[in-house]
Amino acid sequence: MKRIDAIALAADTAQAEGALLISNIGFPSRELYAAKDRALNFYMLGSMGLASSIGLGLALGLAQGLPARRAIVLDGDGSVLMNLGTLATIAHYAPENYLLVILDNCCYGSTGSQPTCTHLGTDLAALALAAGIKFVRKVDDLDDLPLALTGQGVVVAKVEADNASVPVIDLSPEEIIERFMRSIRLAGTS
Amino acid sequence: MNPSHSIYRGLKRAGIDFATSVPCVNLQELLDLVGNDPKIIHVPVTREEEGVGLCAGAWMAGRRPALLMQNSGLGNCINALTSLDILYGIPLLMIISHRGGRGEPMVGQVPMGRLTVPLLDAIQIPHISPTCAEAEDAVIDTWHRAEDDQKPAAILLDLDFWRRA
Repeated sequence: MKRIDAIALAADTAQAEGALLISNIGFPSRELYAAKDRALNFYMLGSMGLASSIGLGLALGLAQGLPARRAIVLDGDGSVLMNLGTLATIAHYAPENYLLVILDNCCYGSTGSQPTCTHLGTDLAALALAAGIKFVRKVDDLDDLPLALTGQGVVVAKVEADNASVPVIDLSPEEIIERFMRSIRLAGTS
Repeated sequence: MNPSHSIYRGLKRAGIDFATSVPCVNLQELLDLVGNDPKIIHVPVTREEEGVGLCAGAWMAGRRPALLMQNSGLGNCINALTSLDILYGIPLLMIISHRGGRGEPMVGQVPMGRLTVPLLDAIQIPHISPTCAEAEDAVIDTWHRAEDDQKPAAILLDLDFWRRA
């Protein structure tokens, strides 16, 4: 499956239920912006490796006030490998409204497609299970993704290495966070 | 006066309701106080940078976040403090056990002990090293400074601070 198709499906799911989407630095954020820009998308422009952690903080922070609102993270294999401890933290602290989607293209797709260790056989789904995460699904086919996106825990989706031809995001960091937080507050009072 | 209790009282009066931590031996009593407080969501993390990410998300969800850590982990989170918190304007209260200063018994703590203040200065994160008597108010002031400046602000708790129990 193409990553931008998986991202577009996740954006549809998020839009339908009013979920937050947190997207990884580089092409994943650009592809989400091109596929479906929403105020409830948080485009991570720096801090490689931390999309999973930002999403976990959002899910935990919202869990007590708004149990239904989900935080869905669109992450990559290289980024999760950079912050592997996140899997252990998710296993023990993540609430039901948290879903980490690892779009595994087996390379650092935004820096010239240098291979990551998943290219050599490292199994992120097995690592997530070993870390103690109870709900872990592997998806190889786009048709199986919508169901997987309704759950909690971790989804590892194998995607092609290509980047879509999409422009850079023309929002400032201030604009991204201001409209994101405003939309969270509005949703909380409705 | 108990140093851990003065910091904890400051956290409570500042309205801190979300905390992440990487432990230090000097923080153990404070971590127990925070961990046992039902009004504070406490997430022990595997690395300081992960804590910065969690706290950023919690802030966006409407929480008041604090990161409790040792200064040896400052280098582990420089990129997150700058390209996440400072880039987007996200406040963070950093409670840092500052090892490696006068009286430090562990030689391995000395290099980062000397570099902690220069590193914070280099990334323009304000910091204060209060005495135990000043600590409660310093925590509140530092949180307000983080909120006003929309970026991290740090409390450094050196070996003298912990000795004045």
